[in-house]
Amino acid sequence: MDGTPTSAVPLDDAWEVAGLRFRSRLIVGTGRYKDLEETGRAIDASGAEIVTVAVRRVNLGDPKAPMLQDYVDPRRYTYLPNTAGCFTAEDAVRTLRLAREAGGWNLVKLEVLGPPPFLYPDMRATFEALEALLKDGFQVMVYCSDDPIAAKRLEDMGAVAVMPLGAPIGSGLGIQNPVMIRAIIENAKVPVLVDAGVGTASDAALAMELGCDAVLMNSAIAHARDPVRMARAMKAAVEAGRHAFLAGRMPRQYAADPSSPVTGLIR
Amino acid sequence: MEEQIQITVNGEPRQVPAPVTLAELLDHIGLDTRKVAVERNLEIVPRSTYAATRLAAGDRLEIVHFIGGG
Repeated sequence: MDGTPTSAVPLDDAWEVAGLRFRSRLIVGTGRYKDLEETGRAIDASGAEIVTVAVRRVNLGDPKAPMLQDYVDPRRYTYLPNTAGCFTAEDAVRTLRLAREAGGWNLVKLEVLGPPPFLYPDMRATFEALEALLKDGFQVMVYCSDDPIAAKRLEDMGAVAVMPLGAPIGSGLGIQNPVMIRAIIENAKVPVLVDAGVGTASDAALAMELGCDAVLMNSAIAHARDPVRMARAMKAAVEAGRHAFLAGRMPRQYAADPSSPVTGLIR
Repeated sequence: MEEQIQITVNGEPRQVPAPVTLAELLDHIGLDTRKVAVERNLEIVPRSTYAATRLAAGDRLEIVHFIGGG
């Protein structure tokens, strides 16, 4: 026994999105940390290769303030600009055009949100924004509702990944919709990521056990008491969930089935 | 006497001496142009054209950068 998996899955078990290849199946946000130094340490501990970033106005009163790039090196991590805070298709498209100019690449995360308190994806506006972005040459990973029809439509339009929520953004409620997430995965030919809802390591493992290609999270790490340790936990959980998915779980049965031989017992 | 024009930068009105290019404005504000992106009147201004972009009265600029986000 050398511990080598025997399945046909390649040992590095990489996944691809928009022609880019990644080993880590954990994508992490860079928001909500105590400071940029903690952001950098937590992201390092997570093992993530892709990080989401927001696009915001520069503070003109403090142009020399430390920047994210000084702590999260864009040469080491793939920056995935998001449209967090955009409630219309127009704002989302404007934001990502600026992001492309600031960063120089086409791979982006689209999210168009409905109103508080749930910030649930506004799918009509999301379709509208996606259409405009695809025409403009973007490669778009799309945050979406846990709706297999909507997810399929995004894929058919040309999204490079679909990212249904497991629970509302920042709620930490865990995967509330495993049946619908599984339905989306079974229908999809592009990568499926759970984006939003993860609260702790077991949630991330569950998402991966359902067959997701990767998991995206921010608050679950940033708002943990010890973000660096939670980042490490999430790394392990995503890997464990992925292995469990590939290994194939045993069947469930509603009665005991002894693990030890029932013959040869002393009398 | 130097002419002044009013423009709007990130939602704030600003008087600048004219003529002025976008490159000169960014330098005056003190921004590292490699880390920002600029939208002028809803159109992206490519970084390579900052020096050739002369600002006009009433221009609305958005100057953005990447920050932490999820």
